[in-house]
Amino acid sequence: MRYIPHAPFQVEEMMKTLGISGIDDLFADIPEEVRLKGDLNLPPPLNEIELKREILSMAGDNKASTYINFMGAGAYDHYVPAVVKALVGRSEFYTSYTPYQPERSQGTLAAIFEYQTMMANLTGLDVVNASVYDGASSLSEAVLMACDIKRKDKVVISGAVHPEYVETARTYGFGYNKDIAVVPYTESLETNWDKMASMAGGDTAALVVSMPNFFGVLEDVKRAEKIAKEKDAMLIVAVNPISLGLVVPPGEYGADIAVGEGQPLGNALNFGGPYLGFMAARSEYVRRMPGRIVGETVDADGKRAFVLTLQAREQHIRREKATSNICSNEALNALAATIYMAYLGRRGLKDVAYHSHSKARYFIDEVNKSGQARIVNDRVFNEVVVEVENLEEKYQEALYRKILPGIKLSRFFPEQKNRLLVAFTEKRSRQEIDSLLKVLGVK
Amino acid sequence: MKGTPLIFERSVPGKEGFRLYAPDVPGVNLSETIGGGLLRQNLDLPEVSEVDVVRHYTKLSKMNFGVDDGFYPLGSCTMKYNPKINEEITAYPAFTELHPYAPEELAQGTLRFMYEMQRFLCEITGMDYFTLQPAAGAHGELTGILIIKKFLEAAGQKRSRIIVPDSSHGTNPATAKESGFEIVKVKSGMNGLVDLEELKKNVDENVAALMLTNPNTLGLFEKDIPEISHILHEKGALLYYDGANLNAIMGIARPGDMGFDVVHVNLHKTFSTPHGGGGPGAGPVGVKAFLRDFLPKPIVEKEGDTYFLDYNMPRSIGRVKAFYGNIGVVLKAYAYIRSLGARGLREVSEMAVLNANYLKKKIQDLFEVPVDTICKHEFVVSAGNWKKKNGVRALDIAKRLLDYGFHPPTIYFPLIVEEALMMEPTETEGKEALDAFADSLMRICDEAQENPDLMQNTPHHMPVKRVDEVKAAREMKLKAGQL
Repeated sequence: MRYIPHAPFQVEEMMKTLGISGIDDLFADIPEEVRLKGDLNLPPPLNEIELKREILSMAGDNKASTYINFMGAGAYDHYVPAVVKALVGRSEFYTSYTPYQPERSQGTLAAIFEYQTMMANLTGLDVVNASVYDGASSLSEAVLMACDIKRKDKVVISGAVHPEYVETARTYGFGYNKDIAVVPYTESLETNWDKMASMAGGDTAALVVSMPNFFGVLEDVKRAEKIAKEKDAMLIVAVNPISLGLVVPPGEYGADIAVGEGQPLGNALNFGGPYLGFMAARSEYVRRMPGRIVGETVDADGKRAFVLTLQAREQHIRREKATSNICSNEALNALAATIYMAYLGRRGLKDVAYHSHSKARYFIDEVNKSGQARIVNDRVFNEVVVEVENLEEKYQEALYRKILPGIKLSRFFPEQKNRLLVAFTEKRSRQEIDSLLKVLGVK
Repeated sequence: MKGTPLIFERSVPGKEGFRLYAPDVPGVNLSETIGGGLLRQNLDLPEVSEVDVVRHYTKLSKMNFGVDDGFYPLGSCTMKYNPKINEEITAYPAFTELHPYAPEELAQGTLRFMYEMQRFLCEITGMDYFTLQPAAGAHGELTGILIIKKFLEAAGQKRSRIIVPDSSHGTNPATAKESGFEIVKVKSGMNGLVDLEELKKNVDENVAALMLTNPNTLGLFEKDIPEISHILHEKGALLYYDGANLNAIMGIARPGDMGFDVVHVNLHKTFSTPHGGGGPGAGPVGVKAFLRDFLPKPIVEKEGDTYFLDYNMPRSIGRVKAFYGNIGVVLKAYAYIRSLGARGLREVSEMAVLNANYLKKKIQDLFEVPVDTICKHEFVVSAGNWKKKNGVRALDIAKRLLDYGFHPPTIYFPLIVEEALMMEPTETEGKEALDAFADSLMRICDEAQENPDLMQNTPHHMPVKRVDEVKAAREMKLKAGQL
């Protein structure tokens, strides 16, 4: 059988060593009444050739994967360099486990330490964990963390945060009996700051905003900082990491915790996962952070080495007193992000951010010039909401031309009719943007 | 003195790896479009060339140890071989370049394997419905316990406690707490199984659920499971299955038939997807029909020949993450199931159990064995005899195994066994590997006998010597200085 290395005679020898006459003897402790009668009802096994054929036939049904992609909303079509794929594909990395044995896991540990360093620099904060599941769960863990630190049970979250993140926070909040209050967004698709100020009070552990927000808009984060200070609440900011190549980092506008989706950093779209959630915080909160953290130390010879540290926060040591139940994280995706950031470096990351931003600006300028559609708010990084008449018709036309023109906002907000959320990355060429503009009746 | 290298040490001002050149659209005045107040001033990242990056991470990879390097009997973690074909097919652009909000009619391939995977997992575990959304085992636990909480709320029942055995994984009590429950710990009996009398004493109308893994963390099948199920259900409490140990019973017994109401499975354990140095995993959750409405949304449904995402679930717990789950991981597990079929999966469990019993037999005279009976896919021995005799601990033995070219077993877990060494060989190791491992353990025990001092300074032949964990925790150096 595939993947089982025993020769039949070896199985016989092993049974002889155990003094049993058949494999069934090893299952004698399973009561008859819970035994499966007969075989599982599964499709017959496939050899490698048949398997590939079957998988390729499914691949052929994923037609959207070949279309020109202007979709974003938390998952972006940035370029994944060949270097990242080649190095992440080394099996010493991908077939290893959590680095519990530091003497034989320095590769993974050093890479996590580099990740912590680079993410700290990117977000302008002090301490970073080794990753959580994704942007939404990272935001939710940050909410629980803030409630724990402040010993309060309410969090006020902007309605301009990704709706699936808000929904995730509500689910986590349901578990921990936390009150998640959602602030409406304004007509210009920004957080309604006056409302946020009035909804936050002495019972509020944290404010949560997104930068840029779900609609692509760069929020007035100074305002968020001010309200948080006034209300003595922590400030949690969800950021797009690529935007931090150009935009001021959360650490510089008073964020206590920065979270976000790390997918844009060298990870493929993969229909929504696996991605990685990142989390960075001010140093005083390190003992309240969820997840694994790597620290620098020395070995018995005094040479530098790395090791999982502060494990007294974690479930395998503290059980119900842990800061979170997280065990497996998204280490390999974090490794991809690490290699991506190292390879791009300070200049490359700025380049990717600048390209993405300039493409969005080109689209905005062309729309504004034509007057055939409306940009709802143009203070954006790489994603923008455009209002077009007869959107449904134009959307279908775009699909016909093998373009994914963006995401209909009505998917999340039924009242937002005829509005499209369009994302730009360095991968989109001027020609592709022109095709989109044409379909939308702008060019 | 130098030790493990960091990429920052290769950084030289002006070096570059990746370059885009000028965009094909007009240049932008950033102080106008982003605005002076929001424009970033400096960004501290390394400056290295492509070859620097490749050499550095290649070097780091060589300081690591994976299943491809050798035997990895880490108990509870199911470190089996990760088939190469699954890596290859998952890298097809048709899957990797598919956006999660792509129109469903243009994503039918992925929706199809997701749908079929939900059905396969139902069949393998004996449940009625599955969600693929949770990203890991502990995430699945959280999902499952929140489903129970939501169900109880809908039924108007206030039940505040969750029972976990003292041998359970740390994630179980941590999950119960994260879901707002109080934790009741029940002691295991002398035979290493749930003590039915203890359990009965603790089950009342205030108990929401019992979280159990079967086989349990000692590798023993909870043979009283029909009775356990009865005790819980009689009082209206539910039974939660921690699927970490499913590798022992595929095609032989199913949690659904044992009376479990909610299960999670770890695709990265049982279904061969690689652990990635700590993740990504995937922790799908299955439920009996009466809990279907509470699953996170969406789940994949099928109408005629068309697959679609069903969001129409008004009683759902909501979401536990954005999008639909670690779909790239799900595809690898799907390919694994398609490769093996029903008989193949059963043989996986049979060989995993044969390997565990064989290895146990080979080494049991070297250690104390807390419960001496047939085990399932893993077993636990205690190095307490060595600690008493000459101060050699489970940790020392584990570190010495590194010198012999093996990854050590899990140590100091489960907590109910002193100086525990928890071994799970999995089915993908042959007799030669098991014999070699047993021989090495014998030699190490000889060393422990003759030269206990040598043991305390192990390992000797690794990229670094024994690492000072206390210093790391005390000094808390969690990032490099200025680059």
